[in-house]
Amino acid sequence: MRLALRELIRRPGRFVTATVILTLIAILLMFLGGLLDGLTRSATGAVRAQNADALVFSSSSQASFLRSRIEPEVRSTIETDLGVETGGLGVAQLGARVPGNGPRDLANVAVWGYEIAPDGVPEPPPPGEAWADEVLKADGVEVGQELLVGPARTPITVAGFVVDTSFNGQAGLWTDVATWRNVLNTNRPDAALADGVFQALVVRDVDDELDDVPAAIEDAVGDQVIALTVDEAVNEIPGVTEQQGTFNQILGVTVVIALVVIALFFALLTVERTALYGVLKAIGARSRTIFGGLVAQAVAVTLVASVIAGLAVALLDLAIPPGSIPLFISPGRIASSIVLLLFAAILGCAFSLRRVLHIDPASALGSSQ
Amino acid sequence: MTTSMTHDTSATRPALHLRDVRKVYRVADADVIALDHAELTVARDEIVALVGPSGSGKTTLCSIAGGILSATEGSILVGDEDITDYGDKQLTTFRQNKVGFVFQSVNLVPFLNARENLLVVDELGRREGRAARERADRLLEELGLTDRAKNLPGQLSGGQKQRVAIGRALMNDPELVLFDEPTSALDTELGQQVMELIRSEMKARGTSAIVVTHDERITDYCDRTVHIVDGVLAA
Repeated sequence: MRLALRELIRRPGRFVTATVILTLIAILLMFLGGLLDGLTRSATGAVRAQNADALVFSSSSQASFLRSRIEPEVRSTIETDLGVETGGLGVAQLGARVPGNGPRDLANVAVWGYEIAPDGVPEPPPPGEAWADEVLKADGVEVGQELLVGPARTPITVAGFVVDTSFNGQAGLWTDVATWRNVLNTNRPDAALADGVFQALVVRDVDDELDDVPAAIEDAVGDQVIALTVDEAVNEIPGVTEQQGTFNQILGVTVVIALVVIALFFALLTVERTALYGVLKAIGARSRTIFGGLVAQAVAVTLVASVIAGLAVALLDLAIPPGSIPLFISPGRIASSIVLLLFAAILGCAFSLRRVLHIDPASALGSSQ
Repeated sequence: MTTSMTHDTSATRPALHLRDVRKVYRVADADVIALDHAELTVARDEIVALVGPSGSGKTTLCSIAGGILSATEGSILVGDEDITDYGDKQLTTFRQNKVGFVFQSVNLVPFLNARENLLVVDELGRREGRAARERADRLLEELGLTDRAKNLPGQLSGGQKQRVAIGRALMNDPELVLFDEPTSALDTELGQQVMELIRSEMKARGTSAIVVTHDERITDYCDRTVHIVDGVLAA
C-alpha cells in the first residue's frame, strides 16, 4: 500500500486525468444533491417546522391545504375527546408586490395564519404584520417594508425574518389568523373560509398520553378527517416525492458514471502495469497487496477529488445570493456524496481484481519487455 | 552438539536439488514437455551457468527452482526446504525469504529510488524495518551505489540499474539467486563487469546462483556449465 501511495506522490501526473474527471463528477453530485435539498426545503419548510404530533385535514382533501376544511365542531370533538391542544392553520399562496423593486417586483409568497407557533417562528405578530422567510431578502424585502399581497394588494408589513419556512417554493409570511383570513377571503374568494373554519389543525399531545396521535384522532372523529404525522404530511405535499425520486435517480446515474470512470481508469492502469506486477509477484508480492494498492490509489484520488469538489461547491453556495436558486449545501450532503464516491471507487477497482489475480509471476522471467 | 551438527549439515547441504523434475504444459489437446526428468544439484557457493537456445526450458527450470512454477513431477529442494507440494501462498512466502531474482530487463520499480527498490523486498515480505534499511545501505555501499541511493532508475546507467537489481536480489539474504540473462541488455565490456560483480558478490556471501544465458562467454565467470536442449539437461 505504501508503494502505491508513493507512486501517487511521485507520479501525480498519471492520476491527473482521473482526478479532474472525478472532481467534475463530484461537483455535479454535490451540486445536484444541494439542489434536491434546496428544492425539498423550499417545498416543505413550512410543514416540517410545525410543532405537531399530528396535522389534521378533511378527508376528501388528500392533505391539500387549499382543498381542506376543518369545521369548529370537528376541532371541538378532537379537543374534548382526546384532551389534546389544537391550533388552526391555513395558507394562501399568492403573489406579493415589493414596492421599489423595479419592474420585477412580484415575489411568490405563502401567507400563513397560525395559532401554535412552528419551530423557529415567534408567536403571531400584530394584525397586518408578518414574519417573513429570509428567502424574500433576495427580492429586496427588508424589515418594516410593506408588501402588497394578491390581486387585492392587501398590505402586510414585515416584522422580522425567519428561516426555512417556505412552502411549495413560495416564501412564508407568518401572520395572525385574522390577517391570514382577510388575505385569503379578499384575494381568493373561491377559497374563502368563515370565522372558526381552518384548512388544517395542528394537534399537540401536550400531556403525552396517546401512543399514536393520528390514529386516535381518526378514531375520535371518524372518516371526516385524515390525520398525519409531520413526516407523512411532508410527503403528501404535491411533487415532493416525485421530485426526490427524480433527483435520486439522477444522483444514482452520476454515481454509476463515477464507478465506470474509476473502473476503466484502474483497469487501464492495471493492463499498463502487468509487467511490473509480474515482477513484484515474482519477488514475493501477494495479489491482495497489489489489489490493496490499487484500492488505496482509487480511494486517495477520490478523496482528493471530493475535497476539491466540496470546497468548490461550498464556495459556489457562498457566492449565490440566498433565494436566487434553491441550493442548500450541507456538510451531511457533502459527506454522503463522498461516501457514495468512495463506494464507487472501491467497487470500480473490483473490476481489476480478476486481472490482478491472473497476472503470472512467471511472466517476469524470460521476458525482455 | 545439536547446533554443531545442524551447522555441519547445513554447510554441506546443496542450495538446490532438483530430482527427476518434469514440467508438462497442456496446449490445446497436446502435452508439451518443457522439462524432462531434470536432475540438477547446485552446491553452496556454486555458480552454475544454464545455457541453451530459446525454448529449451531454461526459464521453466528457473521458474521451478525459484518457486514461481510448480513441477508436474519430481521433487524440488531449496536449502532445507522441500517446496515440491507447496501451494501458491506457500510459494509466495518462499520467494519472499529464500530466493532472489535478477530479471532480463532489470525491471526496477520506476518511481522508487535505488534504495527504495531494495527496500521493496522487505516491504512485500519480512517487514524488518530498521534492520532492512541498514542492510539496504550496506548492499548499496558494497555495490558502489551509495551516492546513487536517491536516484530513480531513469537517472541510472544500464550497469548501475543492473547493480541495483543485484542488490534487490540479495536483500532477503537468499539461499539461491536466479539470474535471467543478466547481461543481454548490456554491451560486452559492461556485461563482463556485471558478471565479475555477480561472481564476487555471490562468492563473498557464499550464495549459490544459476545464471541463464545464451552467451557462452558468460560461462567463464561460472563454476560449472549445464546445457539444456528441448527440456533435457546435459552436464
